Amino acid sequence: MRRSLVILAVLLLMPSSAAVGAERFALPKFKSGYEIPPLVVPPAGSDTLEYLDVAALVLALALASYLALRARSRRAVWVLMAASLVYFGFYRGGCICAIGAIQNVALALADGGYTIPVVAVAFFVIPLAATLLFGRTFCAAVCPLGAVQDIVAIRPTRVPAWLDHALGLLAYVYLGAAVLFAATGAAFLICEYDPFVAIFRLVPFTRQNVWMEAFGGSTAMLILGAAFVVAGLFIARPYCRWLCPYGAILRLLSRASKWHVTITPDECNQCTLCENACPFNAIQKPTTDAPRPDRLIDRRRLALLLVLVPVLLAAGGGFGWWLGDPFSRMHFTVQQAERVRLEETGQVEGTEDISDAFYQTQRPREELYAEAAAIRGRFAVGSALLGVWVGLVVGVKLIHLSVYRTRTDYQPDRATCVSCGRCFAYCPFERKRLKTLAGEPTTP
Amino acid sequence: MSKTSDADTKVTRRNLFRKGGLAAGTAVVAGTAAVLAAKGGTDGHVWQIDPAKCVQCGNCATYCVLDPSAVKCVHHCELCGYCDLCFGYFSPGFEPESGIETAPAESQLCPTGAITRRWVEGPHYEYTIDEDLCIGCGKCVLGCNNFGNGSLFLQVMHNRCVNCNECAIAEACPSDAFRRVPADHPYLLKGEDTPA
Repeated sequence: MRRSLVILAVLLLMPSSAAVGAERFALPKFKSGYEIPPLVVPPAGSDTLEYLDVAALVLALALASYLALRARSRRAVWVLMAASLVYFGFYRGGCICAIGAIQNVALALADGGYTIPVVAVAFFVIPLAATLLFGRTFCAAVCPLGAVQDIVAIRPTRVPAWLDHALGLLAYVYLGAAVLFAATGAAFLICEYDPFVAIFRLVPFTRQNVWMEAFGGSTAMLILGAAFVVAGLFIARPYCRWLCPYGAILRLLSRASKWHVTITPDECNQCTLCENACPFNAIQKPTTDAPRPDRLIDRRRLALLLVLVPVLLAAGGGFGWWLGDPFSRMHFTVQQAERVRLEETGQVEGTEDISDAFYQTQRPREELYAEAAAIRGRFAVGSALLGVWVGLVVGVKLIHLSVYRTRTDYQPDRATCVSCGRCFAYCPFERKRLKTLAGEPTTP
Repeated sequence: MSKTSDADTKVTRRNLFRKGGLAAGTAVVAGTAAVLAAKGGTDGHVWQIDPAKCVQCGNCATYCVLDPSAVKCVHHCELCGYCDLCFGYFSPGFEPESGIETAPAESQLCPTGAITRRWVEGPHYEYTIDEDLCIGCGKCVLGCNNFGNGSLFLQVMHNRCVNCNECAIAEACPSDAFRRVPADHPYLLKGEDTPA
């Protein structure tokens, strides 16, 4: 009898089942002195470890800069790099990192309601400041993503310069896309497609609970990570060179850095010994022997490219505008509105979780459609800007490649050099400094 | 070294560009840092599930980078009807004898047997969740929401959550129920005032 009453009550209440927390059955009035247990939830864990991360970051950056620029020791840089891989990568699970912090920064600048954690600000800004001072020492020995690739780069092959330059543009595109999707609140692309975080989380470690993460990463990301590692055996640091969006920012800053690592501790005498030392194509050859190209042709080409830049900007902007609509479908609200619209117009039968979630809120459809339209508008503008950015990057790259620069010495390309120190041991002046002239190269 | 310092002091076009770039870069980085410092907070945000939006799809159990998931079911007893026939406890279609305290395993909705019940008085039973057994699948939450008071609901447990910058469950959530909440109010509990 009691149960049939309950079922009757349930049947009567069924239509309003969407109402959340409906008090269908009143809290009993207990007579036996029973006390209702309170709702207890565990407190948030302490964030002291995060501040320790910032301290570790500062310390590692200072050490990396000292070891690369002053001590000039590839071996010491390698040891620090391995230590960073263990701490920031395997122990801390690769989160938070400077690369991902780009998105927190973009979201904080675009969305006033989002409070960016101080730790994320520190991870974003401190390596930038260090790069302005010392070049990309962050990439050399602090970044765990760089470290995992550097350690596996055992048989690096030379990538043709044209391909290297072309692929290098992808990083700027990725940077622009990551900023667009983070600022619109659609997704954190860099974290979602981080190829190495799944590998970091494979290794069970002692941090509270993280040991449980073994095999927790998605299989697709593990396969992607493995592909990068295998490719990295033969192509040194593929992610750093061609995809890393933070590396793209660092390239720009490193060009202007106050100090920078040098190949030789002394004067370069163009002995050519270091010419093939760099697996990243980051050693620039002197131009003295090559015949100077015809100035007139140079000028004509430059003029043509300068005319081409506005065309590239306009084309990029137009293409981006056109991509705004497909891009906006990455946003949850747009997906939801599309599904609800399809169901409303009878183009699909039945409902899905995503539309059920909307019906549960009991809001009018028009409100959802208006919200989605606003997001589409933001995407149209945002991806047009992304297109302009891509056009600008391509234009600047073409101009940069076409401008003739006189170089008298072998020197690192400040943009692409990651200050790893592999070239040091190839320089005879370095051998003289270390008094190992007769010895073998000591590069690990 | 001596050569580099010579080149640095000599005013060439290249050095001028570099110095200009350094000044501009410093200004941009310092400016960004200042703006972010003004927008930043020491606590930042953590992930949480809005129970009002949750549709109990089951993704919380499978998409978390932790195994078992950092999402667990919580039970707010003050919202509970203390029903004998609990739709969050029994499998659908099971007809319990009156007075049964522990249902046979195959008749329990929870796949891990994480919910236990205890007789209190009259037809009323108290339901408790063993957090260590709960995998966050939300089956009980679905039953309780559809036929009961909705006193069972899912929450991200902050003694477990590693607060990934991009939460894998949030990405997979079909109802946008995951959102970043201020770390000093890390839970969105039913029946309690929660910050917007």
